[in-house]
Amino acid sequence: MTLTLAPWILAAVALMIMPYIFTSNSALTIMNQMWITVIFALAYNMLLGQGGMLSFGHAVYAGVGGFACMHIMNASDFFASFPLPVLPVFGGLFGAGLAMIVGSFSTRSAGTVFAMISLGVGELIAASSVIIVAFFGGEEGISGDRTYAMPFFGNEFLQQINVYYLTSFWVLLSAALMYLWSRTPVGRMANAVRDNPERAEFLGYSARWVRFYSFVASGFFAGIAGGLFAINYEILTEENLNTTSSGIILLVTFLGGVGFFFGPIIGAIVFTLVQTVLSLQTELWAFYAGSLFLATVMFFPGGLAGLLMMHVPAFKLGKARLLVRPYIKTLLPAAIGILGLCALVEMTFHVRHAAQGDNEMTLFWTTFDSHTLMPWLIAIAVTVVGIGIAKRTSPALKEAWSEANSAGDVS
Amino acid sequence: MELILVNLIDGLVTGLLLFMLSAGLTLIFSMMGVLNFAHASFYMLGAYFAYQISIALGFWVGLLIAPLIVGVLGAGVERYGLRRVHQYGHVPELIFTFGLALLIEELVQFVWGKNQMPYNIPEVLNFTAFSIAGNSIPAYKIFMIFISVAIFIGLLFVLTKTRVGMIIQAALSYPRTVESLGHNVPLIFMGVFGVGTALAGVAGVIAGPVLGTFPGMAFVLGSIVFVTIVIGGLGSLWGALVASLLIGWITTFAKSYNLAMSDVLNAIGISTPENLSDHALRDLWTVTSPQIADILPYVLMVLILIFRPAGLFGKRES
Repeated sequence: MTLTLAPWILAAVALMIMPYIFTSNSALTIMNQMWITVIFALAYNMLLGQGGMLSFGHAVYAGVGGFACMHIMNASDFFASFPLPVLPVFGGLFGAGLAMIVGSFSTRSAGTVFAMISLGVGELIAASSVIIVAFFGGEEGISGDRTYAMPFFGNEFLQQINVYYLTSFWVLLSAALMYLWSRTPVGRMANAVRDNPERAEFLGYSARWVRFYSFVASGFFAGIAGGLFAINYEILTEENLNTTSSGIILLVTFLGGVGFFFGPIIGAIVFTLVQTVLSLQTELWAFYAGSLFLATVMFFPGGLAGLLMMHVPAFKLGKARLLVRPYIKTLLPAAIGILGLCALVEMTFHVRHAAQGDNEMTLFWTTFDSHTLMPWLIAIAVTVVGIGIAKRTSPALKEAWSEANSAGDVS
Repeated sequence: MELILVNLIDGLVTGLLLFMLSAGLTLIFSMMGVLNFAHASFYMLGAYFAYQISIALGFWVGLLIAPLIVGVLGAGVERYGLRRVHQYGHVPELIFTFGLALLIEELVQFVWGKNQMPYNIPEVLNFTAFSIAGNSIPAYKIFMIFISVAIFIGLLFVLTKTRVGMIIQAALSYPRTVESLGHNVPLIFMGVFGVGTALAGVAGVIAGPVLGTFPGMAFVLGSIVFVTIVIGGLGSLWGALVASLLIGWITTFAKSYNLAMSDVLNAIGISTPENLSDHALRDLWTVTSPQIADILPYVLMVLILIFRPAGLFGKRES
């Protein structure tokens, strides 16, 4: 038991000390966003990874939960008797309620029909946000003030750090609950139904009901993420419901890896970092994120988590150190080559889209004139040489890989 | 009466345009079982390529060449992307096309920027064909109708009357048998994907000047195309046609008649509440048909999926 508890205790400690390491306000904001995305991605993976249901409209459940929380926050007389930290529960309940309604007809099958219904319902509710102004607030959305709540042990949640600990508490609790859910008979049956619905039916389980339970539970946790979003940002708009948000969570989950419970956590952390840090550096961040996503789908369908787990056998065989040198020999030049390629992309973009006469650009801490030949030659040389070396050393890496993964004597 | 006629024509144009997109998609789906999320992105590429070509060589050259380029690109995507992902199953395939759609939008913004392109109707077709009670019908609309109908008849002929169509249809149901008869099934798949995306390209070339050529144009039509083929029945050409026309007419009529929900509710005997402004259901009372025109197809789709998951003309469940 102590062994399985270890990662959770570790996570709790990490969550506690994170604000002492990254003290700036922007870091807190990024971390808040990260943990909210973690809950949402885990909830999404409950459908996609564990239940085999591909949803194109899951932002709706988070969004509706968030909108409900915002209304509760604004209804001061009701909320005055509640401390703020319990608010996400209401978001969860609303998310689960909506999931119950939609799930009653959408969970009949998991395949294309489910995906299409989720898309249709998602579009429907996102479009309603302009029509049902009383609940969704039309185009400007609705905003609220989290400080109206009853103080929680004298805490009024005026500062980011208060919200950080609230979010951290919820991310830990939700992740633990979702993990426990995946260990329950229903969670286990969801896997069986994903892999072979006919056989699960034959064993006496209703595939439809198993899907329904997963769907509602996923809606609940998505709603919690929405409630936390409402607390953190104090505003919700149509953007929280639309297909773009639904698409992003699919991207995040798949990038992290759907086959493992912790996959979406990695995905959420990596994606939020890419989104926040990279978008400050370049306008083309979505292009890079899209390329990364496509590369993941094509070459590592297990996502980042799958990539990590591929190394477990080598570690178990005690041969992981065989991989270190070939990795450095191949991946380092490959990374440099890719950076060179990115430089070419950035320079092309600058030449095409910068204002007339604005020839100066700064890339990798060097400022140069993008209209002269020299930087282009350097970038092309770096790209060709980097990728060229990686190509030449990759057979050695492959060899080392099969050597490290084969049982036998360490040579 | 005249207004009805005008709306019928407008709905027909919208519907047939939608058909051109959904015909390619339904072809791809029925062949390969892949719901290509990037289909509307190929439509967008068609419009942008045609715009770029039309600057140098004129609209008609664009109409010929742009779909060809799009088709070749589509075939390339199938050959080097989808075929690779296929081994992991259908869900990763769907996710792949989803990612592709995002990437194409970014690429288009990268090359052409975020603004709308000045891609216009060709001079030859820029006149009024005829007018009905003061409502002029531009010649370009008639041209769009002709192209779409020609494509429908052409597709139907190829698929049902020719040997190529027979092999394609057989490859859909029995790929292994067809393969063992000596046909190159992967090549057929690649060809069909290319033709499907080329059709999307044609739609883009034609719709670009009317609906606007901008980076969001794929997003606008992206999900409505799915709605169309789901309503029509996945993989059915006739279904795609009927559903496209249905959607075209429903949205056109809902937009042009300002039907208020309160009138409907009054008509069936429910009276408007006294103080509407703080009534809980006030949004329901004030909603009008132009407001909900764009979401009617989605309502229709969800209803169809609940009551007849195979769609109007579909034979299979999924």
